[in-house]
Order: sequence, then C-alpha cells, then structure tokens
Amino acid sequence: MSLVAGVPILSSLVASVTFVTPHVNYVAILPELILIGGALVLLVSGQLVFAKVPTAFYSVGSGAVAAAALAASLVLWHDVQARGPFTAIADSVAVDGFAIVFLVLVSCILILGSVIANDFLIREGTSGPEYHVLALLAGSGAMLMASANDLILIFVALEIMSIPLYVLAGMDLKRRESGEAAMKYFVLGAFSSAIFVYGIALVYGATGSVNLPQIASYLSSNFVMSNGVLLAGLGLLLVGFGFKVSAVPFHMWTPDVYQGAPTPVTGFMIAIAKAGGFAALLRVFFSTFGTLRTDWQPLLWVIAIVTLLLGAIGGLVQHDVKRMLAYSSINHAGFILVGLAAATAQGISGSVYYVFVYAFLVLGSFAVITVVGGRGDLEHDLDAYRGLGRRQPALALAFTLLLLGQTGVPFTTGFLAKLYVISAAVRAHSYALAIVAMLSATIAAAFYLRLVFLMYGVRLPFGTGSDAGSLSLSITGDEPDALEPAQAAPRRANLGPVSVPGPTALAILVTVAVTIVFGIWPGPLVDFVRAAGLLF
Amino acid sequence: MTSSFPYLTTLILVPAGAAVVVALVPSAQRRAVQVVGFVASLAVLGFASAATVAFTAGYGGYQFVSSHQWIAAFGISWSLGMDGISLFLVLMTALLFPIALAASGDRAGDKSFVAWILVLEAGCLGGFLALDLLLFFVFFELTLVPVYFLIAGWGHERRGYAAGKFFLYTLGASAFLFVGILALAAIHASQTGVTTFDVRALADTHLSGTAGVLLFLAFTAAFAVKMPLFPFHTWSPDAYREAPAAGSLLLAGVMAKLGAYGIIRFDLALFPRAVVTLAPLLITLGTIGIIYGAVVAAVERDLKRLVAYSSLAHLGFIVIGAFALSREALTGAVLQMVNHGLYTAALFILIAVIYRRLGSFSVRDMRGLQRRVPILAGVFTVVMLASIGVPGLNGFVGEFLILAGTFLTHRWWAVVATAGVVLAAVYLLWAYQQAFQGKPTVEPGAIRDLSWREGLTLAPLVVLIVLLGIFPGPLLNRIGPSVTRVVTHVEVVAHQRPPQVGAPGVAVRQVGGAQR
Repeated sequence: MSLVAGVPILSSLVASVTFVTPHVNYVAILPELILIGGALVLLVSGQLVFAKVPTAFYSVGSGAVAAAALAASLVLWHDVQARGPFTAIADSVAVDGFAIVFLVLVSCILILGSVIANDFLIREGTSGPEYHVLALLAGSGAMLMASANDLILIFVALEIMSIPLYVLAGMDLKRRESGEAAMKYFVLGAFSSAIFVYGIALVYGATGSVNLPQIASYLSSNFVMSNGVLLAGLGLLLVGFGFKVSAVPFHMWTPDVYQGAPTPVTGFMIAIAKAGGFAALLRVFFSTFGTLRTDWQPLLWVIAIVTLLLGAIGGLVQHDVKRMLAYSSINHAGFILVGLAAATAQGISGSVYYVFVYAFLVLGSFAVITVVGGRGDLEHDLDAYRGLGRRQPALALAFTLLLLGQTGVPFTTGFLAKLYVISAAVRAHSYALAIVAMLSATIAAAFYLRLVFLMYGVRLPFGTGSDAGSLSLSITGDEPDALEPAQAAPRRANLGPVSVPGPTALAILVTVAVTIVFGIWPGPLVDFVRAAGLLF
Repeated sequence: MTSSFPYLTTLILVPAGAAVVVALVPSAQRRAVQVVGFVASLAVLGFASAATVAFTAGYGGYQFVSSHQWIAAFGISWSLGMDGISLFLVLMTALLFPIALAASGDRAGDKSFVAWILVLEAGCLGGFLALDLLLFFVFFELTLVPVYFLIAGWGHERRGYAAGKFFLYTLGASAFLFVGILALAAIHASQTGVTTFDVRALADTHLSGTAGVLLFLAFTAAFAVKMPLFPFHTWSPDAYREAPAAGSLLLAGVMAKLGAYGIIRFDLALFPRAVVTLAPLLITLGTIGIIYGAVVAAVERDLKRLVAYSSLAHLGFIVIGAFALSREALTGAVLQMVNHGLYTAALFILIAVIYRRLGSFSVRDMRGLQRRVPILAGVFTVVMLASIGVPGLNGFVGEFLILAGTFLTHRWWAVVATAGVVLAAVYLLWAYQQAFQGKPTVEPGAIRDLSWREGLTLAPLVVLIVLLGIFPGPLLNRIGPSVTRVVTHVEVVAHQRPPQVGAPGVAVRQVGGAQR
C-alpha cells in the first residue's frame, strides 16, 4: 500500500530535479565495452553451450574478445589520426593518441595473457571462466584509466582494474602464499585507493573541478596564492599512483604479491597495472598539473632515484626468480619515472615507449617462469634454472634474449627504451638522474646475468651459498655440456626436461620477436608512440 | 674518395649473417659449423684486404663512407667510414678472427661458440668503422654479450666470476659513455637545432671548459675500462686468465683496441681542449700502468696473467702516445695497437699450445721446455722479443715512435716510460728462463712439438711480426695523413686557449714548430 502511495511523490521529485544525461558516444569507449561485454558473455556462454566446458573454450573466447578490442582500438586510432583527438561523454573520456596506444597495448597484453594462462589452467587442472573474465575486466579498467579525462573516472577505472587483480592474485587455492598475496594486495591497495580519493577531494577543493582539462585551465588562468591544499592533494594522488606502479617507497607489497600470485597472473598483473597506472599518472601529472611541474619535479626526481636503486639492489639478494623479477619491475618503474621527471614531450613518449616494450618483456619472462615452475607452480628457486640451456635450449635462449632485453643490450627494444628516457633526462639537464639510472641498470644486469649463468650451467658468480660444493670444474676445457645434473645436486629443484606447451611457446616467441625485431628495426613502434599526442 | 662497393657495410654484415647461418645449422653438424665459421671469417679478411688495396694512401679523411638513416626519430644513422687510423685495426681484426677460430681446435665445431665469435667480429668491426657515436656505442656494448658467453661457456675454472666481473665493469663504465654521448648530442642540438650523433658534425660543437672536461671524463671512463688503463684494469687479469684461448686472444688483441681507438677517434676529435687540459693526468696514468704492469708481471707465475699485466703496460704506451699530442707519438700509438694485437695474439696461442700439452699455465710446471720442444721455444722467443720491443721486430717501431714523440712534448714521462721497456725485458726473459731453460722436468717424447696445424695458425702472425719490424713504411704512409688531421685539429682548437694554461698547450705549439 505504502509503495503505491509513494509513487506519485517520487515521480514529482524526479520531475522537479532536472537531471541531464550526457550524450553517450559509445564508439569512444568501444574497446572497453567490448571487454566488459565479452567478459559477461564468457561468464555464462560456456554453461549454455557445453555440458563440460573445455578450458580452451574460454581462452579462445577471451583472446577473441581482446582481439576485437584491439581492432576497435585501431579503428579509433585511424579516427584520431584523421580527425584529431576528441572528448566524449561529458568530457569525461579523452580519445587521443596517447590513450589509444595504451588501448592497443592492453589488448595485446590480454591476448598474450589469455594464451599463457590457458596452458597454466590446463596444467593446474583449473576449469571455469573466472580467470579470463577477471582478466578482461581488469583490462577494461586499465583501458579506462588511459582514456579517463576526469579524476573521478580515473578512480573508478583504478578500482575496476584493481579488484579483479586482487582476486586473480589469490586464485591459486593450493598454495597458501597465493591467498596471502591477495590479502596483502587487497588491504594495501584499498588503503592506497582511499588516499587517492582523499587526493581527489583536496584537488577538487583547491580547483573546483575534477575534470582534467578544467583543472588545467583553472591552474593556468589563476595564480593560487596559498597552494598547500592543492599540493597536498597532488601528493596524495602521487601516493595512490605510486602504489599501483610500485614506485619506492610505496613498493612494499610488490615482492610478496608478485611472488605469491600464480605466475601467469604475476606477469599479467605487472604488465596491466604498469600500463594503466602509468597511463593515468603521465596524463594527470604532465598534462593536467604541468603548470605545477616545478613543484612535483623534485619529488619525482627523488622517487625515481630511490626506485631505480632499490629495485636494482633489492634484486641482487633474491633466490626466488619471481621475487627477483619483482624487484626488477621496480627498477623498470624507476626508468619510466625518469621520463616523467624530465617533464617534456620527449620524456612522456619515452615513458610510453618504455611501458609498451616492457609489457612484452615481462609477459614473455613470466611465461618462461610459468613453464619452468612446473605442475603446482612451485619451482621458482634459482636452482630450477640450472642447466636449462641443455635441458630446453630454445626456452633458455628465449629467456636469455628477454633478460638481455631487460638489461638494455643493443638491438633489443629494452635498449631503445632506455635510450629514449635517458636522452629525455639529459635534454632536461638531469645528468645525475641519467647516470644513476644507467648505473642501476648495471647493478640490475648482475642478477639477470646470474640467471643466464645458471641456465648455461655455470656456477653462481656471487656467493649466495647455494652453489657450495655443487660443481667442481677443474677439468680442462670443460664445457657446459659436461655438467651432469646429478653433479649439480640442487636441493629440491626438478632438473628433468621441461615441456613447453605449444600455445605458450608461441606467446613467448611473439614477445621475443617484438623485442628483437623492433630492436633492430625500431621505426614503426617509435613512430607509433611519437604520433600519440596528448589531448592538451 | 668513394667507392661503389660498400666494403664497410659488407665487413659488418658478413660475420653477422654468418652467425645467423651458424645458429641455424643443426648442432650435430660440427664440420659444417666449422667450415661456415672459418670461411666467413676468411671472407671478411678478404673484404678487408680488398678495402686496404682500394684505400687511397696519402689522404687523411674518411674513405668508403656510407650513410643511411637508421632510427630517424632519434637522429641515429648507419654511418660508416674508414681512415688511416681504423684501416689497419680493421685489417688486424679481420686477420685475428680466423686465427682465433683456427686456434680453438675442436671448439670451432661448437655451434654457439662459433656463432658468438662471429657476432663478436661484427661488433668489433662495427666499432672500428662507426662514424655515428650512438652506432659506435651500440657495437661497443654489443661486444660484451659474446665475450661474456665465450668466457662463461668455454672458460677455465673461475669463468663465472671472471665473466660477470668483466661484463659488469664494462657495462658500468659504459653508463657514463652513454650519458656523455646523449649529453653531447643534446648540447649540439641546442646549438644547431639538428639532432645528430655523427662524430664529424659533433666535432664542431662549442663546449664550455667544464662541459668539455666532464664529457671527456665520461667518454674516457668507458674507454679506460675497456682498454684497460690503470687503475681500471682489475677485471682484465681475471678475464684474460679464465677466457678460452680465442677469448683471451680477442680480448687483448681486438677488444682492448676498441677502447684505445675510442680515445683517439672520439676524445681527440670531440674534446680537444679538455684533452690538452687533462693530457698530463692521462699520460701519468699510462706511465703508472707501464711500470705497475711490468712490476706485477715480473712476479706473476701464471703465464696468462703475466700477458694480461704486460698488456696493461703496453696499453700504457698506447695511451701516452695518444695524449702526447705529437704526430710521431700518435702514429706510434696507432701502429702499436696493431703490433700489440699481433704479438699478444701469438703469445696467447703459444700459451694455449703449452696448456694443451701440460695442462697448466704456471711457469713452475714448465722447466726446460727448450730441449723438448725447440720449434715452439724458437717461435716463443721471436714473439717474446717483439713484445719486449727489440729492434727489427714490430714492437720496436711503435714503441720507438711513441717514446720519441712523447719526448718532444712530455720529456720526463718519456724517460720514466722508457724504463718500462727495460722492465718488459726483465719479466719476459725471467718467464722464458723459468719455462724453457734449465733441466727439463718433462720426459723426452712425453710432449709434442708444434704441430703443422698450430704452426700454420702462428705463421701469419710471426711473418707479420718480422715484416712490420723491418718494413713498416706502407703502414706509416697510410696512418700518417689521418694522424696529422687529428693532431692538427687538436692544435687548431688548442691554440685558441689563452697562453697561461701552461705547459701542455705550449708543448703542442712546440711540436707544431718542430714540424715546420
């Protein structure tokens, strides 16, 4: 009765408030819509079509959805190239080259990720669409972060990206560490999100808007006499972003979470979180708060330096490959920040290029780690890589190339990425930052090389103790082939032959090909990134 | 002078392509691997020889220049060129690689070994030929990877340690070179608006005194480690000791020259004023290296480490020759780079030959070899005498020119450095005495003398050691004009300095006067 009586009141209330729904240009957010829609369809379709759904069905479906998003992104790219960048949905979404580079990147990450995850899920006997659905949703969040033109939307996108990642991190029910990683990631992530929202509130209080171009125009047309609130807000935003991209000192969760999460998830998580996080970070700081760069540049300079050094030095003492590469990802985050700290257009495209090529390097590397990890996802000690060069030469070669790419050896994309950001830093006269960055790359090279040593059957070069008495190489002219696995005497690592599933092998091949081909013939990729201008 | 045939690009692409081919051959096909590797390196030698024949003597500029856009976005170009300074380094490199393969015995059938050697050859040749600073850097860095794998994969007992130390030292020093190159290009771009890494264009950049000195130090850090120059040499005895024969040979013979070449090609051309300011420092370090290397070598009982320290001393000569800033000294330095490559390569091969028979590098295990293996002892004597710098052999010519040229500008350093020649005689003759003379410990017939194959591997080196000792003219004719260009460039820029800068600047002018 009361419900019926309430209806006229409600309708009169609605009539009295004029709520203008913005025109929604669905094309502008087509890639995101495809991912979300695809995820929902995937969630139910399996049950409708099959009695018992093969895992590959979901993987193929997920890959197809991501490929459709890639196609939509490329259509948008063509649009933007032809007609210029535009905003949509009440200016809350920016469709510019910058955003689309990230749309393309996220689509590629999703395609490769679904292929790698497929073999992992089959190996671990996990069925069901959950992994792929969550991955697609996280991908849509990352895409939205890149194209968001509004602080609130950035926050929403951040959450859309993060929540599926929290769940993915805890997906492996057989390992306790996985649950621990999810819990840690979730608690700290939620905390950093709260800080981020607080930052948005302060920025809104100081500038009267949450729309990025409006904030920028406010700042360029008004001189804020006492900008304490604004700077505090900016600082809090930086904390929120710093957490997502694991910049020091907001990196504490990184090694534990990356180690605990299922291996293919780790690779996916690094790639997608770096893409989404850096896309929004670069846009907000360079584009929106560009007028305040003298305020935030010193801060970023310090963060970049500690991130570079801590990532490189922390990696030196790790025995777990996933932990080691977690620190390496911190080091790479430092390099990406070097581009932002330069605060020039060149620096920004350097950072974008770096994120782009690093995503492939890290996906490939973690695909290799997934394969070596074996059933149960347990073999991640350095010992598991002993003599991989003999047991599985192709895999070892691919991993070596990916590691050399991460080191920044010439004729890999890793070298060009470093060249790009460092030359931007030098142009901006931050010579100290440039030198620290390159020296940190040298330190990081030490642990990449350690892995390479192990794979080709060489003793650990830096006394970690785990090689004590394992090999005696007094034979003259000995070769790696002369080392018997029995002599290597690892404590628990399984040194049998490693079998690489076909699809994963293909995915690794693609990442290696991207690394090498665009390292030797860099034109297309560099031009793609350079053509990707920001909206304003 | 330009030529229609792209010699220089061919020189780089042939070994690079051959490395790919070798990588694709099934590893069971050891014979095919061996043949492809050897033929490719001989083909490179052929092309290098053809380029030498086509080279116009008496012209000091770059010849066979080829320039193509590589990464337009960054202004990086595939610019190659060759002048009198790089000509013989290229030829020496092309000669040492087939010899290194021939000296490797069975390993020349290991697919990855041969592939890495060929990649290294491409990298070294690229380094000597690049006119684009960033292209040079790319090749300079690229050489680390194959050497790392050569040491780590086929080295001796402590190979992992040595390979890692080598890689990290060099990579760390390269960080400074990398930032230095980018900074120089940035300064050039801010002055001219053109982003380029071409050394010919960058030489015209106006640098303030401080900027020049800092950039010079950044560049020289990388070159000093690569050579190595005292006190940045600590990686080299380990790397030389643990590397396989081919690795040590190429490290000392070719890679070390990449560092010295970098100093002559880039430091002198790009930062003449900083060179004049800091020459005394570098000459002092070079001189310390000569004495220190010789003293340590005198007490070293491991033949490979002995040669490593003697290399430190010889590279000290090359450094003082480069920074003495006189035509004679610089000509001597370039010549000495080639000479050192030849006799050090021969020494490492001889040491490897002995090791194959005795399983040891220590002179303590070798007494009286002269009685048992007279031919080997004879060849060792010739090579050793060349290394000491006895007149009539190639080592003498280079060292004499360096010392004579240094005496003109930096008299007392030359005097001290000359003591290094005496010390070289001391440590090499001591080592020879211990290893080859005295009562033999090895039974007759227990040790084979030089085989035909080993003899043939060594023959080209020994012939050149003798030939260049008595007839260095053709080399000097081709090196001279390019050296004159470099020294003139330094003089012209240095003359702009106010006279109160002190002795080095004055000394340069004295040399100029002496030449006239």
